Amino acid sequence: MPALLLLRAAMRTGATFALMLVALMLVTFLIGKAAPIDPVLKVVGDRATPEAYEQARKELGLDKPLAQQFVRYVAQAARGDLGLSTSTGRPVVEDLAQYFPATIELATCGILLGVLFGVPLGILAAHQHNRWIDQLLRMVCLFGYSVPVFWLGLVGMLVFYAKLGWVAGPGRLDDVYQYTLTSWSNFVLIDAWRAGNMEALRNAVSHLVLPSVLLGYFSLAYISRMTRAFFLEELGKEYVLAARVKGASEFHLLTRHVLPNVAAPLFTVISLSYAVLLEGAVLTETVFSWPGLGLYITSALFSADTAAVLGGTLLIGVCFVVLNSLTDLIGYLADPRARA
Amino acid sequence: MNRKPLVALLGALVTVGALAATPKDTLVVAKNIEDIVALDPAQAFEFSSGEVVSNMYEPLVQYDARDPSRILPGVAASWKTGADGKSIEFTLRPNAVFASGNPVRAEDVIFSFRRVIKLNKAPAFILAQLGWTNDNIAQMVTRLPNGNVSVAWSGVFGPGYVLNVLAARPGNIVDEKLVMANEQAGDLGNAWLNRNSAGSGAFTLKLFKPKEVLVLEANKRSVEAPKLNGVLFRNVTEPATQRLLIEQGDADVARDLGPDQIAAMRSRTDVRIEDFPQAAVHFISLNQKSEKLRNPAVWEAMRYLVDYDGISKQLLRGQLRVHQAFLPVGFAGALTTTPYKLDPDRAKAILTQAGISNLEIDLDLINAPRFMDMAQSIQGTMAKAGIKLNLLPGTGAQVITRYRARQHQAMLLYWGPDFFDPHSNAKAFAYNVDNSDGAYQSTTTWRNSWLVPELSAKTLDALKESNPAKRAALYQALQQEIQAKSPIIMTFQDQNQAAFRSNVKGYVQGSVADLIKYEGVTK
Repeated sequence: MPALLLLRAAMRTGATFALMLVALMLVTFLIGKAAPIDPVLKVVGDRATPEAYEQARKELGLDKPLAQQFVRYVAQAARGDLGLSTSTGRPVVEDLAQYFPATIELATCGILLGVLFGVPLGILAAHQHNRWIDQLLRMVCLFGYSVPVFWLGLVGMLVFYAKLGWVAGPGRLDDVYQYTLTSWSNFVLIDAWRAGNMEALRNAVSHLVLPSVLLGYFSLAYISRMTRAFFLEELGKEYVLAARVKGASEFHLLTRHVLPNVAAPLFTVISLSYAVLLEGAVLTETVFSWPGLGLYITSALFSADTAAVLGGTLLIGVCFVVLNSLTDLIGYLADPRARA
Repeated sequence: MNRKPLVALLGALVTVGALAATPKDTLVVAKNIEDIVALDPAQAFEFSSGEVVSNMYEPLVQYDARDPSRILPGVAASWKTGADGKSIEFTLRPNAVFASGNPVRAEDVIFSFRRVIKLNKAPAFILAQLGWTNDNIAQMVTRLPNGNVSVAWSGVFGPGYVLNVLAARPGNIVDEKLVMANEQAGDLGNAWLNRNSAGSGAFTLKLFKPKEVLVLEANKRSVEAPKLNGVLFRNVTEPATQRLLIEQGDADVARDLGPDQIAAMRSRTDVRIEDFPQAAVHFISLNQKSEKLRNPAVWEAMRYLVDYDGISKQLLRGQLRVHQAFLPVGFAGALTTTPYKLDPDRAKAILTQAGISNLEIDLDLINAPRFMDMAQSIQGTMAKAGIKLNLLPGTGAQVITRYRARQHQAMLLYWGPDFFDPHSNAKAFAYNVDNSDGAYQSTTTWRNSWLVPELSAKTLDALKESNPAKRAALYQALQQEIQAKSPIIMTFQDQNQAAFRSNVKGYVQGSVADLIKYEGVTK
């Protein structure tokens, strides 16, 4: 009964998934508790009377034992309630709905650029192994790895925004549009499109260009190096020799013979890079005043806003797991042996 | 398929000469607004929220932003002290209305004060000083038959002090009808007021996305309708980014610039820099729980081991000025003498005479650039007299957590007054009658475990004094005592610097966040 088998596999995956998330929450929770910061201070300030302080502590549920706090949190999270953020004063779910789309928008554009340029460049480098093009690309990638992103961001802004005026500055939109555009999905591109406001869409793209090119460059560096390595390994194999002997053109060889064979590991690399962009663009977000998830979690960390940190971490954890599963699925579908 | 968006996409990519410039009718302020937790006047206790709240609401009486020792009418047009000397009768401004159109009534005043006490959030302690509790507030604040409001208090202080308290942030008046229409689960409208406004001030809240943007819109019904249609606060945390925004004209005001950015923009003709002295005072305090820090010789020696001039004139140029007393300039009775200068030899002599050597002290500080700069300078100068200072930087919340628990040795910190009365600071620096661990106080004295029964009595005497000149003299004497001998080394007074596009006029910034006013701004 293949259907039954499939169901069992799905259930097993689901259970592993849930267990992983609970473990992730536990670790984050404990780290949050170990931090020498009193979260009540963010709520009542440091001058409140002892009574006001106690009242706030109770409202946050911090008077309960640690284990009870955690169980309560997990039970609420299972119902989709991630608690109240002490640093914004509203439900964490609402916060995430505001900040995460900004990050997705930026990370998606970044990864698209990274793949669009990174994969072909990696193939080119492998094909031109140890010739000048390969060396040049190595330099470009090394630069991408080693230059601090906030510095490159500031310089980029200085040149393209301040000096040349080619792109719009920090933030997601010019201020005029803050009034005119209603947030429906919190994806500015979608909201602008939906409203049919082409001016706003243009403006949003203009704001998005610089940070996404920057993120694209960083993921390009990694993706192209990995592509190159995968291709080099394959190019030494016998089926490549056989194809060449049979007279396949180089382009045909690279795209039709080798690419399908490295597709699975390449997808893994790309999806992991994407996940990293989703969680780790804190510095880019800071420099560009981009109100995304990275900034949200960092500032929550500094004020010991446990609910916000847990919620953000959970979301990133889910992203990782989902991306991983998707990669597995794509790898499975792309592998002819699995289909047989 | 609709190809317009694609064209637009390509268009944006090749757009030359960005569309800079801010909206004509709106002031754009680049500022770090991440500290905002609440916008309800009964809860807001952060710098940024104070600024926003004071532009949306009016208290009964308000401070003059240019001279906060003066009290001006707010929702109340006039007031007179009751015969018993323990109450004030306020006459409300005729035809006063909230932004909603509802009239401002005595009931709104009573409701506003009652909800501050009942909600008991961060700023409630300011009003609670008047002896108000949940049980007695109904008797203390009442509506008189003539429609006036009577405000009574218990405690040994005069009406001048009470007016100062009522002008503080939690004294802002909210629209009872509108707030109660939006009450959820008995919260007296608290959740709703953190996302909306219900005041009679110059502006209303149009939009707030935490850590992203906050937009104020002119309240056409306010007494002095703003000249611009609105104010837009953009959350920009990075000072270098703020500088780019103002230079490009994408912001009209930049509020969190560092000395580097300010210095770099001085020569520009399209940007103007202004200085605003702030009421916050900086100090180093020594925890008296630590045996080695109890010797007055240590207190005195350390006063000579801060490079006051170097820090204020070079390191943090324009952001601090030397000030060695606990009342900041601008307060009645502020002591402006600065008897201490950097003098390592003298400090060394004082320590030698007291037989102190090999002193090693841990110094807690907030890891923001300005404190790090200050601490490193002080570490260097202390070393010149043989005092080894170990710096323990942490986030603000982390440092305050340790401070509250009195776990530190030395602390580098600042203090801003809760409201404009000298008692607010005198209580913090010269009052502590119960030093036990359970008797938590937010005062600098208690937090450094410094018990001062005699000074405390003098602080209360000054509070009771109703003659302004005599009162100021009493505070001067108190400051002199603290300046000469205390484990609290007063060092600097804060100064804010902001950059403006040259066409921006009419911005008013007093010495605390609540005294930043936007209604007169034009551009």
